[in-house]
Amino acid sequence: MPGIDYFYPEFEVVRRDERCIRCRVCERQCANEVHRYDAERDMLISDEAKCVNCQRCVSLCPTRALKIVRSDCRLRENANWDGDTIREVYKQAASGGVLLSSMGNPKPLPVYWDKLLINASQVTNPSIDPLREPMETKVFLGKKPDRMTRDAEGRLKTDLTPQLELSMPVMFSAMSYGSISYNAHASLARAATEMGVCYNTGEGGLHEDFYRYGPHTIVQVASGRFGVHEDYLEAGAAIEIKMGQGAKPGIGGHLPGAKVGPDVSRTRMIPEGSDAISPAPHHDIYSIEDLRQLVWSLKEATGHRKPVIVKVAAVHNIAAIASGIARSGADIIAIDGFRGGTGAAPTRIRDHVGIPIELALSSVDQRLRDEGIRNNVSLVVGGSIRSSADVVKAVALGADACYIATAAVLALGCHLCRTCQSGKCNWGIATQRPDLTKRLNPEIGSQRLVNLLTAWKREIMELMGGMGINSIEALRGNRLMLRGVGLNETELRILGISHAGE
Amino acid sequence: MKRVYVNEEWCLGCHLCEYNCAFANSGESDMVKALKGKPIRPRIRVEGDDRITYAVSCRHCLDPLCIRSCISGAIHREDGVVCIDREKCVGCLTCVLVCPYGAVQPGPDGAAMKCELCLHNAAGEPACAAGCPNRAIVYEEREEGQA
Repeated sequence: MPGIDYFYPEFEVVRRDERCIRCRVCERQCANEVHRYDAERDMLISDEAKCVNCQRCVSLCPTRALKIVRSDCRLRENANWDGDTIREVYKQAASGGVLLSSMGNPKPLPVYWDKLLINASQVTNPSIDPLREPMETKVFLGKKPDRMTRDAEGRLKTDLTPQLELSMPVMFSAMSYGSISYNAHASLARAATEMGVCYNTGEGGLHEDFYRYGPHTIVQVASGRFGVHEDYLEAGAAIEIKMGQGAKPGIGGHLPGAKVGPDVSRTRMIPEGSDAISPAPHHDIYSIEDLRQLVWSLKEATGHRKPVIVKVAAVHNIAAIASGIARSGADIIAIDGFRGGTGAAPTRIRDHVGIPIELALSSVDQRLRDEGIRNNVSLVVGGSIRSSADVVKAVALGADACYIATAAVLALGCHLCRTCQSGKCNWGIATQRPDLTKRLNPEIGSQRLVNLLTAWKREIMELMGGMGINSIEALRGNRLMLRGVGLNETELRILGISHAGE
Repeated sequence: MKRVYVNEEWCLGCHLCEYNCAFANSGESDMVKALKGKPIRPRIRVEGDDRITYAVSCRHCLDPLCIRSCISGAIHREDGVVCIDREKCVGCLTCVLVCPYGAVQPGPDGAAMKCELCLHNAAGEPACAAGCPNRAIVYEEREEGQA
């Protein structure tokens, strides 16, 4: 729309010219075309209006001549109308469109992980040194028997329903091939295999090159049913039915046709260049009974050899929803909190729909225990697990394992610029442009993911050792190991923990 | 013997190798001081077009044409590394002509210069490989004769 441009650029590109050697790496590496070399003046100039602050140029500048700072040109903000809110009004007045964003909810809503503190042993019960004593972080996800049973000869019966074995209680959550690049998927698949955990295909199908990582792959069946066929279901270690996503509960997905190139098209089983639209609901699921049918169809299709996960977004009645899922035949429930990431979501939904994962997890765990069906399912939680401390707190609140995705893409180089929807990811993650995807060498990417998980595993062992616990199983649902700070009575009741000092 | 190899699949054409090379061979300890406002003389060059790029430097051939053609005996091998004794070089530049990779260049003082794997400068090991952001350039041992 013609008229006045209401926007002063959000960032400024600061170039210390006394350090700039005109190597032009910034110019070559910026897909947003911020930097440009002016031969006449022999200098680099920048158009900061195009800058998304992904810091690719900052990271590659060999003389550290560059930095990106937030512009201090401020709108006339006040406590009610902050700059972002005003800018969003301007944006919509100019475009008439729904606002789009990526990655997780950035609003200053409470992060309960940061208000939970972990216990440690002193004097009476000894702490354990994980460097000297064995420490078990392995978990099995799936339905557990309620009691031990023996056969006629008195031998223990060990025929369990299918279980997903993980060397530590962390998995990479669903990110589809399409939303992220081939090389990002390759990095996740290799790292999951090396670490003995799982990654998740998301709903984009499984690229033919990655079938060999099948034993460490969770294959997803979502509302669009993209790329779902018999071999796909057979390839995975578990099958996940995606009912909802924390970043955008209640709505579907939309991969623009521009990202559906030959490979994505083949993998998703849709025509090249066509938009891949995932409906908001599964059109065959309108009740727990319908869900049960899909769970059992998938189990029948795979000979009851694979656990089935049902993934839902954390919403208001999550405890009742989880109770229904636990009775549907699902082996694992995955709950995604409102801070979970995404490649693209309507801003209002990302920022205003859903509830914190900490509260969802504790209420679900408690409800399933109260109903005596906690052993029917394992609980996996995601939606902003940022560190090993978050993992330990989640396990203590009742989770069997955690899903991480934002942390994983950060390890791959993501700088949370939150413009995945543009398809111009300078780090080669959320893009399908060949010149950009090649920037992520899976040899480096997978090593960085392995390093991250290795570090977290060590930290989990340290924290467990401090509590005098030598097995992650003994930490699960052990809420006595947690105390809250700065929480009110209701929050403490839902979390099922005491206040610090109590 | 460890050599510099290039995986063109991962080369981004960022040209950082050229600047790291020029810096490593500059004798300076500060990159800005070494390179700012000067034409650089890297011993590795990024070649290619807008579809594919790759860096080219001395292959340290098993039977190097440059050594065979050197009229002054300046080019020689040190543990497999093809080096130039710049005191002996008379600047005839026959080596520049015969190198099939275009990996030898005339230096600023007239003597020829080429990649010596950073073994004689402060970097200690190839700066192009160490500074490559995508591991497109690697310094590693492969079976003799393999590219």
